[in-house]
Amino acid sequence: MSRRLYLRGTLLATSALLILSGCRQDMHNQPKYVPYRSSEFFQDGLSERQQLVHTVARGELHEDAYLYTGKIGIKEGDRFPFPITQAVMERGRERYDIYCSPCHSRVGDGNGMIVKRGYRQAANFHDQKYASQTVGHYYDVISHGSGAMPDYGAQIDPPDRWAIAAYIRALQYARNGAMSDVPADQRGQLKDQSEMTTKDGVPLLRAIASGGNGGPESVPVGTSPTSPHPPQPGEPQEGTQKK
Amino acid sequence: MQIFHRSTNTISRATIFGAIFIVAVLLWASIQFQRSPYVTYAEVARPQPAPFSHQHHVAGLGIDCRYCHTSIETSSFAGIPPTKTCMNCHSQIWTGAPMLEPVRESFRTGKSLVWNRVNDLPDFVYFNHSIHINKGVGCNTCHEPVDRMPLMYNFASLQMEWCLDCHRAPEKYLRPRDQVFNMRYEQPSSGKPIVVDGKSYTEQLSLGTDLVHKYNLRSVADITSCSTCHR
Repeated sequence: MSRRLYLRGTLLATSALLILSGCRQDMHNQPKYVPYRSSEFFQDGLSERQQLVHTVARGELHEDAYLYTGKIGIKEGDRFPFPITQAVMERGRERYDIYCSPCHSRVGDGNGMIVKRGYRQAANFHDQKYASQTVGHYYDVISHGSGAMPDYGAQIDPPDRWAIAAYIRALQYARNGAMSDVPADQRGQLKDQSEMTTKDGVPLLRAIASGGNGGPESVPVGTSPTSPHPPQPGEPQEGTQKK
Repeated sequence: MQIFHRSTNTISRATIFGAIFIVAVLLWASIQFQRSPYVTYAEVARPQPAPFSHQHHVAGLGIDCRYCHTSIETSSFAGIPPTKTCMNCHSQIWTGAPMLEPVRESFRTGKSLVWNRVNDLPDFVYFNHSIHINKGVGCNTCHEPVDRMPLMYNFASLQMEWCLDCHRAPEKYLRPRDQVFNMRYEQPSSGKPIVVDGKSYTEQLSLGTDLVHKYNLRSVADITSCSTCHR
């Protein structure tokens, strides 16, 4: 009798153990490489191998040299390698707001948040010195950096760099734009800068002059870089972009 | 011969019911345990080589998700930024901060920072970020308020029931594509309607249902099929 009990007990304990072994949450790590998983096989510990020097990866032949360098010979070109359409402009604006605006600000005056936090003064695209540069130069600076600015080659794809260059041009045109540059049927959508207020009702120009209108950790809530709904305080002359 | 007293009859009956009750409670408790943060690590911050604050970088400085997570729109993996991305700013800001020494050391030596993965799905789930982003699933639909997390944690349990909650009824969560990266997005309400293609929505279900068609989501049968996520 006690032997049967003992047997039953063992059986119960074994099955409970089997069931519980299924509860391990990290069982899901299979012996395979997923992005960034480390490797014990390679000495540097990386499972992803670095590209060998003097080799060309598939799809990276870069036959259109101008698209990938922005240079004709050794001289920076002043034309775009592909037609600039509305879609390219919108892409450029989105990418500019993601990667450039932290330093150069949404309007391109070089007073972005990171500059306010102590980074070296970024270029003001409206300065004659920078405004007179070619688009190929913008492309080259994004690709390789310049002065204090690091390169963004790893973060921004070549076509996007051109789109950003196009958007910088649009910012420059917009800064000097007059109401007469705006197509007549779109003028109703524009407001004079001096009449605009921020979300909290602070006059826009005063908010800009005071370097934002909140504490150090305040953000323009409810707006995303790509949000079309709230008016973008930084872009009062929107619509004067070259389409 | 009567060994047991009559009262033991009651005790034995109570014990039978008690046993059923105890088994039920144990079952319930084990299910709750399985869903608890103790097992799922939901809302538990992991130790990291440097105490990176999403709250400071996203809410405080207004840096877009994609500044660091560059591959999120085009690849299955959102991308953990290389040390170089940190150094874009920290080559000049907080250059002496002891907290950032691991970052600087990584940059000097070329040795990767070993971050502890926070949102870790099982390997047999073939999750793809880009498809979710491009169909209008917002970052904070799954990751919740990352812009308010001084230390990163996963908000959701990442259990299958949680995935299926949306896969069974995506219209409950979809938002316009241009709002995907907006960390303070709010679903439409009568006070705050959302306009898509000239149509104003005051209610999530009607917006979601239209977005399901607009973004060509596959049928619920398709996206709840086992092999959609498990291959």
